[in-house]
Amino acid sequence: MVIIQSVIECCHVTKSYVRGDQEIPVLRNFNLSVPNGQFLAIMGPSGSGKTTILNLIAGLDRPVDGTIRVAGTEVSRQRETELARWRARHIGFVFQFYNLIPVLTAAENVELPLLLSSLSKSERAKRVRAALELVGLGDRLHHYPRQLSGGQEQRVGIARAIVGDPTILLADEPTGNLDREAAEAVMTLLRRLHRELGKTIVMVTHDPFVADYAETVLHVDKGKGSSR
Amino acid sequence: MKLLLAYSVRNAWSRGRTTMLTVIGMGLVSLIFLSVLMIGDGLTRALVDSGSPTNVLLLRQGATTEIASGLYRNQTHIIRSLPGIASDTDGNPVALAELVVLISLTKTGGEAPVNVTVRGTHPMAFTLRPQVRLVEGRPWQPGTAEIVVGSQIASRFLPHGIGSALRVGKRDWQVVGIMTADGTAFESEIWGDVDLLMAAYGRESYSSLTLRLSDEAAFEPLNRLIADDPRLMLQVKRERDYYREKSVTLATFIRVLGFTFTTIFSIGALLGGTMTMYGAVAARTREIGTLRALGFVPTSICFVFLMESLIIGATAGALALAGGAALQFVTLSTMNFSTFAEVAFRLTLTPPSAAATLGFSLLISLLGGLPPAIRAARVPLVTALQAPGR
Repeated sequence: MVIIQSVIECCHVTKSYVRGDQEIPVLRNFNLSVPNGQFLAIMGPSGSGKTTILNLIAGLDRPVDGTIRVAGTEVSRQRETELARWRARHIGFVFQFYNLIPVLTAAENVELPLLLSSLSKSERAKRVRAALELVGLGDRLHHYPRQLSGGQEQRVGIARAIVGDPTILLADEPTGNLDREAAEAVMTLLRRLHRELGKTIVMVTHDPFVADYAETVLHVDKGKGSSR
Repeated sequence: MKLLLAYSVRNAWSRGRTTMLTVIGMGLVSLIFLSVLMIGDGLTRALVDSGSPTNVLLLRQGATTEIASGLYRNQTHIIRSLPGIASDTDGNPVALAELVVLISLTKTGGEAPVNVTVRGTHPMAFTLRPQVRLVEGRPWQPGTAEIVVGSQIASRFLPHGIGSALRVGKRDWQVVGIMTADGTAFESEIWGDVDLLMAAYGRESYSSLTLRLSDEAAFEPLNRLIADDPRLMLQVKRERDYYREKSVTLATFIRVLGFTFTTIFSIGALLGGTMTMYGAVAARTREIGTLRALGFVPTSICFVFLMESLIIGATAGALALAGGAALQFVTLSTMNFSTFAEVAFRLTLTPPSAAATLGFSLLISLLGGLPPAIRAARVPLVTALQAPGR
């Protein structure tokens, strides 16, 4: 019998935001279990709480109620500094708008997460090159983000997310700012990372074409999830 | 660390004009701070360095300056016979009785006259004060109405230099030489024959007596001998202490005035730095969120922005030092409140002043950069990630 261990467990999670004197509920009694090595897409209309789920998994935000256990750590109960260190070790983030630092080169952007590790300079350089070669940008190490296309920028973002070999890759609308051709290239890359490197990927998207690259799709609406 | 430093430097650089204006503003305030220090150092050099460590000055008890002092001839004879005084090659004691008077002179192109020190002395003065050297002409002939003028006097009062005549004590004196003195106050003096000057002013007493000790340890025994002799009623001062006391009032006045203005201006510079860095934080909110999402702790974010502010401060400090280096060629003159005589001095850049200026710039940038850096560290993470990018 094969026991598939969950790397992400959300139990009875409630989350709401306060705007002025109004409390806006986003997630109500939300439950989620993601097995290790799964490629999960979360879909849903705007305001359904997709990005909130991602933020809670990454420890960027805290639930009002419920528990979130990710990679063996209960992130909802960690202190800010501990969470930052935990994130550096376990989470790789891919952003919709790439979020590259414009004054740093592609290689320097990819090196950023490694500054939080104890790796030597030469080891860091080796890993940066390997990550950029993996995303097909081995010849763009010293290019600044403004010298790259949107698709290339996102691939640098993916290289930055995987360079530290995190347990989980979280992608928030990774193709939301790309044309179809570039989106296909990015999604092919993510699928390759999942299939060849066994990465657990949780991706938020509203695009069914992009969601098709995932193994499992979770539809979220009004703070409740249903799997497909 | 190196990458984060590069991040800070490149961000400061990427803001181009804003950074440049902040650097210029902060640099100018730092330059004012440095100028005050340079004036103080220049005055100290001009006045305190006029004294030699082995020279001793004797004044009448109660007198604070040579102008207000008086020594009779018989007193100078008694002192010359005391032990502890160095001798010249002929075996004579190296002790010089001098008369100091003030005359009014008008600067070239100026209107209001200022006081200038005239020192009636002896050619031995060049031995006693080795920093004083003739750079043009020759020494005065004893017994003649000839004078040697300091280089600051020559440049500011005597456009025709050697051969000019000056009216001192109801008679004309001819300028026969020009002397320098390593930037000390002697460059603002006029030297001539002491006996002729006493006659010209109808004086029977000297102003002071300067002597060279046989060694520095001879000071205390000589001091006791003079204090115990009821015929003398004189005070003994090391020459450096005398000149230091003369510089205190003026230097303190300039420093207090200068630092008051510097403090006011530095508040402006500090606010300028704060605004610049608040602007930087606002423009890079999403970057802050990204760094936090990657695992950087809030203190690292605070460090990055503080570093950026300190880079601006260090550049401003370097700019001020460059300005200070240029200011070394400026000579200022002012009236010394202690002697009521004009003293000219060069602005002097010393290593401690340079270090203090760099420290001042860094302090302004640190204080100015701290509130924005703290704000950067406290930006709510989710809000930061939703902020518009650059």
